[in-house]
Amino acid sequence: MLRYTINRVLLTIPTLLGVAVLVFFMLRIIPGDIVEVKLRGDGGAVTQETIDMERHRLGLDKPLMVQFEDWMVGVATLNLGISMWTERPVMEEISLRLELSLEVAILATIIALLFAIPLGTTAALNRDTWIDYLMRIFTIGGISIPAFWFGMLIMLSLLAAFNWLPPITFTPLYVDPVANITQLIWPAASVGYRYCAVTARMIRSSLLEVMSEDYIRTARAKGVYEKLIISRHALRNALLPAITVISLEFTFLIGGLVVTEQVFNLNGIGQLFVQSVTRNDFTLIQGMVMLIAAFYVFVNLVVDLLYAVFDPRIRYA
Amino acid sequence: MTIALPHTTVAEAAPRPRGPIAEFLRQQPLGAASFVIICVMMFAGIFSEWVSPYDPLAIDFASILAPPSWDHWCGTDAYGRDICSRLIYGSRTALVIGFTSSFIGSSIGAILGIASAYFGGRIDTIIQRVMDVLLAFPIIVLALVVVAALGRLLVWGIDINLIVAIAIPILPRVARVVRAAAFSVRVMPYVDAARAAGYSHARIIFRHMAPNVVAPYLIMLTAFIAQAILAEASLSFLGLGVQEPTAAWGLMLSGNASDFYRQAPWMILFPGVAISLAVFAFNLFGDSLRDFLDPRFKV
Repeated sequence: MLRYTINRVLLTIPTLLGVAVLVFFMLRIIPGDIVEVKLRGDGGAVTQETIDMERHRLGLDKPLMVQFEDWMVGVATLNLGISMWTERPVMEEISLRLELSLEVAILATIIALLFAIPLGTTAALNRDTWIDYLMRIFTIGGISIPAFWFGMLIMLSLLAAFNWLPPITFTPLYVDPVANITQLIWPAASVGYRYCAVTARMIRSSLLEVMSEDYIRTARAKGVYEKLIISRHALRNALLPAITVISLEFTFLIGGLVVTEQVFNLNGIGQLFVQSVTRNDFTLIQGMVMLIAAFYVFVNLVVDLLYAVFDPRIRYA
Repeated sequence: MTIALPHTTVAEAAPRPRGPIAEFLRQQPLGAASFVIICVMMFAGIFSEWVSPYDPLAIDFASILAPPSWDHWCGTDAYGRDICSRLIYGSRTALVIGFTSSFIGSSIGAILGIASAYFGGRIDTIIQRVMDVLLAFPIIVLALVVVAALGRLLVWGIDINLIVAIAIPILPRVARVVRAAAFSVRVMPYVDAARAAGYSHARIIFRHMAPNVVAPYLIMLTAFIAQAILAEASLSFLGLGVQEPTAAWGLMLSGNASDFYRQAPWMILFPGVAISLAVFAFNLFGDSLRDFLDPRFKV
């Protein structure tokens, strides 16, 4: 197990290194940088001198390899530099908004699992009946309806039904839980639908696989209640493969949040990312991409290690 | 099923030979329904000029924010432009970008996947490490980074860089699945035979291995058309995809559309329905195609 763990941890290094290299050079393929956007954005006449000075101040006039070295050293020491737009440390910009986005993500996960487990189970147990078909339409709807539009629909229905819209200012959970939840439950629901759909499909198919195993037949032959077979024997084993999907989708929630935060006007990680892209804020883009990738790699690692704990076949392979 | 079971009647025992399309439509009613939606969309996209009742760019200040009526089936937007016409033209944008980016991403991904499985060893490791890097991002995040990096490049009114931005995140996802399928092809005797005959690597990859992974390739291609349409709509919504005044569904939901929740909900409703329906149709079609071509195959 130790050897497997070490191997698996070492495997994350090339991936993270690759991300760091890729994002750095990708942003510098095409000439044109933040200074142009910042100073010439409004169409104002700015002398070349001013632009060169600003470039120098931001360190953009250094040779590419020196910039690259600075970036790589920064990544290794967890110092992601200073935002080229707001002039504040990238880490600070991110941590300011992390709480909100993380909370929405966790709420979305709770909502998704609450619906996905019963849905997936019912569909699997009623395979190829109208219940299964309905569930199929519901889940394909989940991966088809854009989360941001679903969010707009939620706002529209809230407005139509109660003539009320969720508050715009963020209240932390420990200050006022009610205000916090009434604001964040809606974006969580809109990104949660897709999450729920993906998870329910996974649970359905893995439950179907498990139900044809020998030990289920044995349990039936012993005369165990069908309900008990499903909850104790089948579902427990079926949830293991589903964990992969659940955790990977969790890291990919940021993708949904990028767009959905815009709809609900939430000042979270997603909105920060979109802002940094529209402003060509290289340092901020680099920093955020690095963190998103690191988070994915980390969750992937944890899942693989957990798998090895639960399933000895993996660590001896 | 062509094998006659003992208890079936004579009429059933000797079915007419059907073409693959007829067989697909019979076996997969949901797939057939989604195929119809796709055809309608393609028709609207190709013949937009003839189908749409108004010019999608025509500004009409006399009928700003008009609710749906017989004149304007889906109402008008803040410039008095007919939403129904914009939806019809928008299907052209969605299909062109959705199809080309999925095609480019899936094709390059498939070739890389096959090459990875065929060469194995160090080349396989290198390709897989690069794919791992690309896989560490959600589709929309990677597409946004590429948009930030490349900017805009218009050719015939189509943003080539937007297509590239959506194709890149698709690439590693297809490569991974096709590689897995290609591994089982590589051990086939005919591949060994081709090598023994001295064929070039390129010939073996394209002529001998590629035709045998067409099933997963086609399934991924359709499934990713759906994802690409979704990505295009999201990017356009964020103002980083298709630009005004081009008619695009995501764009119709952005900007001032959100200010009209109270006065003009149709501005939000119809474009969203169009996106959802299109993505839904391609997803369902891909799903049915998978069941039809290869029931064991999982995406």
